[in-house]
Amino acid sequence: MSTREKVGWGVGGLLIVAYCLFPIAWIVSLSFKSSSDISNGSFLPTVATNENYAQILTGDAAELFLPALRNSFGICLIATAIACLLAMFAAYAIARLDFPGKKLILSTALAVAIFPVISIVTPLFNLWREIGLYDTWLGLILPYLSLTLPISIWTLSAFFREIPWEMEQAAQVDGATPWQAFRKVIVPLAAPGVFTTAIIAFFLAWNDFVYGISLTSTSASRPVPAALGLFTGASQFESPTGPIAAAAVLVTIPVVVLVLIFQRRIVAGLTNGAVKG
Amino acid sequence: MAAIEMNHIVKRYGDGYPAVNDVSLDIADGEFMILVGPSGCGKSTLLRMIVGLEDITSGDMVIGGTRVNDKAPRERNLSMVFQNYALYPHLTVYENIAFPLRLAKVPDAEVRAKVEQSASILELHEHLQRKPANLSGGQRQRVAMGRAIVRDADAFLFDEPLSNLDAKLRGQMRAEIARLQRRLGITTVYVTHDQTEAMTLGDRVCVLRKGVVQQVASPRELYEQPANLFVAGFIGSPPMNFLPASAANGKLDTPFGPITLDESRAARVGDRDLVLVGVRPEMFEDASLVDEALLDRGARFSAQVDVTEWLGDSQYAYLPYESSPEAAAKLKELARELDGDQLRTQAIVSIDSASRIREGSEAEFWFDTRRIHVFDPQSGENLTRDEAAGAELTRQAGEDRRAQVERARARATVSA
Ligand SMILES: Nc1ncnc2c1ncn2[C@@H]1O[C@H](COP(=O)(O)OP(=O)(O)OP(=O)(O)O)[C@@H](O)[C@H]1O
Ligand SMILES: [Mg+2]
Repeated sequence: MSTREKVGWGVGGLLIVAYCLFPIAWIVSLSFKSSSDISNGSFLPTVATNENYAQILTGDAAELFLPALRNSFGICLIATAIACLLAMFAAYAIARLDFPGKKLILSTALAVAIFPVISIVTPLFNLWREIGLYDTWLGLILPYLSLTLPISIWTLSAFFREIPWEMEQAAQVDGATPWQAFRKVIVPLAAPGVFTTAIIAFFLAWNDFVYGISLTSTSASRPVPAALGLFTGASQFESPTGPIAAAAVLVTIPVVVLVLIFQRRIVAGLTNGAVKG
Repeated sequence: MAAIEMNHIVKRYGDGYPAVNDVSLDIADGEFMILVGPSGCGKSTLLRMIVGLEDITSGDMVIGGTRVNDKAPRERNLSMVFQNYALYPHLTVYENIAFPLRLAKVPDAEVRAKVEQSASILELHEHLQRKPANLSGGQRQRVAMGRAIVRDADAFLFDEPLSNLDAKLRGQMRAEIARLQRRLGITTVYVTHDQTEAMTLGDRVCVLRKGVVQQVASPRELYEQPANLFVAGFIGSPPMNFLPASAANGKLDTPFGPITLDESRAARVGDRDLVLVGVRPEMFEDASLVDEALLDRGARFSAQVDVTEWLGDSQYAYLPYESSPEAAAKLKELARELDGDQLRTQAIVSIDSASRIREGSEAEFWFDTRRIHVFDPQSGENLTRDEAAGAELTRQAGEDRRAQVERARARATVSA
């Protein structure tokens, strides 16, 4: 590449990054503006203040935000864990075994994934109220599984297919039971895939708004996205832009941290060197 | 250690295709058996049925006196080296080798002793703490062997273990495997489609074709007394030449002139319109370089030389000849089956590297007619096979082998 080309690529890349990150930067900037400063017409706050953060963490909005944060974490983690575990077994079977109905499972998973959430949320609302799941953690974990399971099954079965059959057969010849072969060879090899899947699943659940707002009514189970929608301004005539921006920033942080922690594990390549020379 | 017996083993895959068809094979305790054949002939399938990774459709697989058809791989106590090694990438070399022992819940101290021992046999010491991804092809291959020899398996199974290595390393590892097997004296089944491996490693070689056993014999017997056209064409490199001929009154009329057969062979061949005369390249010689005394034990002919290849220690000449369409079709079919590509009907002859025969010239050749074979092109059967002589060759090979094993063991005990 000539220097000219390099510069061209560099500038292009920067433009794209700036374009993608601009809304985020805006939200960050908004979150530091005081309520009177919101419409100051400039990108940066006139005076940076942390009053929005104070409000959602310790002030008026805290009783709305903090339980929601706890709910979101708890519900999403549980939903992710269950989805990954179930998906691991399902995907393993799909990748390795020949059984009737294999195609059916995959296409059902796909169908569930593309089924519009909005169309089942009303019946679910009625059903949950009937059987007492309304406004409970379980009442959200179950629908979240319908979001996370299909994609987990799809990504994991792709990962499992990548792992050479011989690994497992070698283990069996070496004296392993099928379960031992799975646990000692396949699971460690699939770990990067499982992490990737877990993160995707977690985000899907973390980002949900429709179930969150419709199937909860109190802070007993209301997740963050729903709580954000319920923030109110200091007065009726003031919109709660600042606190919402602050909460959005706080909610994004765990996601960024997760990606940073698992970044190296997500980059697969562990199977390199398993085979051939 | 155990003998392996196969009785009428059949394997049909889901689509009904018999990948292995009625194979009966006895492998003696401590024997090195080679399975060889062109691609897709069912070698891997047979091996995987022995180790238990593939169900057996019908027939009995008996290992060490017990029928193992319904046993899981882990209950058969065999160890296998896979074609792509199948090392566990998340484990160090040490743990890779120790894996079978860990599964068997062997105490740590014993694991260490055994892994160290295998590592020293295979010279893997300085790599024990490394991951397979960072090893060279040859080192990975040795780790795979280490994992196989670390426990006291009843037999070793190898599926083309050297096919991913370059030619030089392959030579070294071949010697390594031979040495190891002699030393440990463990029953070994080795799948390959490499001629050299088949001929040098095996006590006996089993030639398969489309799932059917063609011949089981020592390498020397396969070479000297092949049972049929397929074996004759498959074993040997460059391959045996098949000259179309007609047989009458003990005389064969070939494109390179007439050949007179001795009486017993003439009787077995009889009179036929078309036979294929099998002559190995090294049975030919530049007529001008042949000893006077030998000349009348063979046939002389002159032929046009198309190409010569001088390799330093030897020299090959290509002699094109005319053949009838019927014979040409037969030869083509045979070549296709042997994974070869015969573009024209020509004989490949090996001549002394000092020979002055040059391309494009007409030259005088001689060939030894005592060692030729005559095949029936329809059935492929070798009409001139001397079974007694063949059996004798295999018996001798067996004796040599026993002596070798004893010497290897004596050396091992001395050095131990
Ligand atoms: N899982 C399978 N399903 C259906 N047919 C199969 C399967 N595995 C192998 N076969 C068929 O069985 C035959 C023998 O296969 P096998 O792998 O034993 O050949 P091979 O002798 O090992 O060949 P190569 O030298 O190429 O490894 C082939 O014709 C192949 O198409
Ligand atoms: Mg094979």
